[in-house]
Amino acid sequence: MKHKTFFWFFLPTGLAMLLFIAFPITSVFTQSVHAPHDAILISVETCDPFACKQELTQDSQATRLLRDTAPLGQWVGLQVYFDRSHLAVNEVADAWRSSDGMGEFVGKLNNLPFYRAMGFTLTYTFTVTPLLIILGFMIAVAVNSLHRHLKGLVIFFSLLPMIVTPLIGSLILFWMIDSRGIVGNGLQWLLEDPHLSLKASTGLTWITLIVYGVWHAAPFAFVVFYAGLQTLPQDTLESSKIDGASRMQQIRYVIIPHLMPLVTFVALIQLMDNFRVFEPIVGFNAEAHATSLSWIIFNDLAGETRLLSSAAATSVLTILGVSILLSPVLVRTWRDFKEKS
Amino acid sequence: MTSMSPKKPLGLRLLSNGFVIIWLILAVFPFMWTLWGSFKVELDFFSIADWTNALTGERTIITYGEAFTGAGYEGAWIQKEFWKAGLNTAIVCVFVVCISLTIGTLGGYALSRSSFRYTFWLLIIALIFRAMPPITLVSGYLLPFFEWNVWGLLPTTIVVLVAINQPFTLWMLHSFFQKIPKELDESAKVDGCTQFQAFRNVIIPVMWPGVVTTGLFSFLLAYNDFAVTSMLLAQDNQTMVPKIASFLGTTQTEGNVMFAVAAVVSATAPLFILVMFFQRQIVGGLTAGAVKG
Repeated sequence: MKHKTFFWFFLPTGLAMLLFIAFPITSVFTQSVHAPHDAILISVETCDPFACKQELTQDSQATRLLRDTAPLGQWVGLQVYFDRSHLAVNEVADAWRSSDGMGEFVGKLNNLPFYRAMGFTLTYTFTVTPLLIILGFMIAVAVNSLHRHLKGLVIFFSLLPMIVTPLIGSLILFWMIDSRGIVGNGLQWLLEDPHLSLKASTGLTWITLIVYGVWHAAPFAFVVFYAGLQTLPQDTLESSKIDGASRMQQIRYVIIPHLMPLVTFVALIQLMDNFRVFEPIVGFNAEAHATSLSWIIFNDLAGETRLLSSAAATSVLTILGVSILLSPVLVRTWRDFKEKS
Repeated sequence: MTSMSPKKPLGLRLLSNGFVIIWLILAVFPFMWTLWGSFKVELDFFSIADWTNALTGERTIITYGEAFTGAGYEGAWIQKEFWKAGLNTAIVCVFVVCISLTIGTLGGYALSRSSFRYTFWLLIIALIFRAMPPITLVSGYLLPFFEWNVWGLLPTTIVVLVAINQPFTLWMLHSFFQKIPKELDESAKVDGCTQFQAFRNVIIPVMWPGVVTTGLFSFLLAYNDFAVTSMLLAQDNQTMVPKIASFLGTTQTEGNVMFAVAAVVSATAPLFILVMFFQRQIVGGLTAGAVKG
């Protein structure tokens, strides 16, 4: 294909991505190094019958004019990044100096919104991903040994937790684990603790969110592994049987090595997807116990006064996090490309 | 692996089938339970006295004289105007799918037919864009959209969702087009067609399976999106998912949780039907990327 033809074919999609992905990213970067203008203050003399006073009041007209002419705000450099709601450099240094042990330091970090969110986001990402791979693998192996006619039906029902909107899926579970809902009620009865509430403690909330995450994403791993099982080399499997491999050994030495590239694929995709965990926190109403980076951005933007600069700074930090998780994928794609050409 | 079951010992077979059954219950029960409960009153859906009330609908019988009531649906769809949100979702989804498939097929086709090096880099950039959480882009949209006075409108959101959709659409269609032999359009070009004519007359008739699969995923993205739609749409233009989220705040205090439950069930139904009819395409699409890589 000639350069010119390629250009015209690619133009619409390229333009869409340039205008609404590439530009916003740069715009987020610019926004994050600016802060809203301070109000302009003027001193006004007010006199009553007794005395005259100088008072500072806000010059609303001048302030509005300033905000209209430069809506981005004023240049502040990296100040927003270092303030209390982001990297909180001063607070961290303070905490480091004044803490006796690691435990106390971590506890103090937990009071800073960014580190609290980071803590949950990383815990969520790195527990949900392996668990969903294990669960997906087990389902795939079990379903594969089912009768042919049942498989389609099982796949249909298995897809539901993944296809359903995350917010809706988490709401459905949220109502069930409510202390008056069927699961919450059942747990109370099972553990003989009438005051048990999954929403009350941080630990239980985290577990609930993680269980939801695994439930939501396991079908993806299942479908991918199931497809991989269909291409299993029969002769290797047969010869391992002739050599007397037990079922566990067949799984360990034949099936798992065959599926390994798929495991990497699922892990890489899911690490990136779980890192942006957001909807379940809204759905489970869990922000008192668990926040994530995406949730902080949303929270900054959703308020009455939209904290654009603060949200932008968190966005940039999130993008950095995603790029770290993305780098292995890029390296892999690059290697594939090199092999091909 | 065709089937290991005939040779499996009974114990292992029971274990494996039991596991599948447990998984099915985990996957399906929440939906069935909520569907059933959405036709009850709140005191039955959240049954404090006895959980079997949720099944029999004791309180619902006391209130309405029957075990099933559509009160939640009536409240959500008519009183809270959920129909408007449903309509908005339909508009957004139709336009997002159509536009992103149109420009995506052109782009994906070009990427699959050009052998220059920049196609690789374009795909890599698309991959990076695909990894960006959409919420991080939102803070970049707000200021310009306020300035241009386009915030809150459906078309704005449609355009944004189309753009966010493009990286995935490109990757998907690129790999589908690569499976269509190059000789097809090459020979059309030898016969005197331009590249576009070759695309129109030769490729378009055979591309539909791939386009349908990609369209399904574009639809899911537009339908399921919460971050972008909730930040970029004004109150009266809201689609279903942000509308449900805004229900939560108001209904909890007014004691109308059943409205939210009914809305949730209503929003799940189309997805259910979608999976029923397009299961093969969805599974195919999910594995397309994996088997290749």
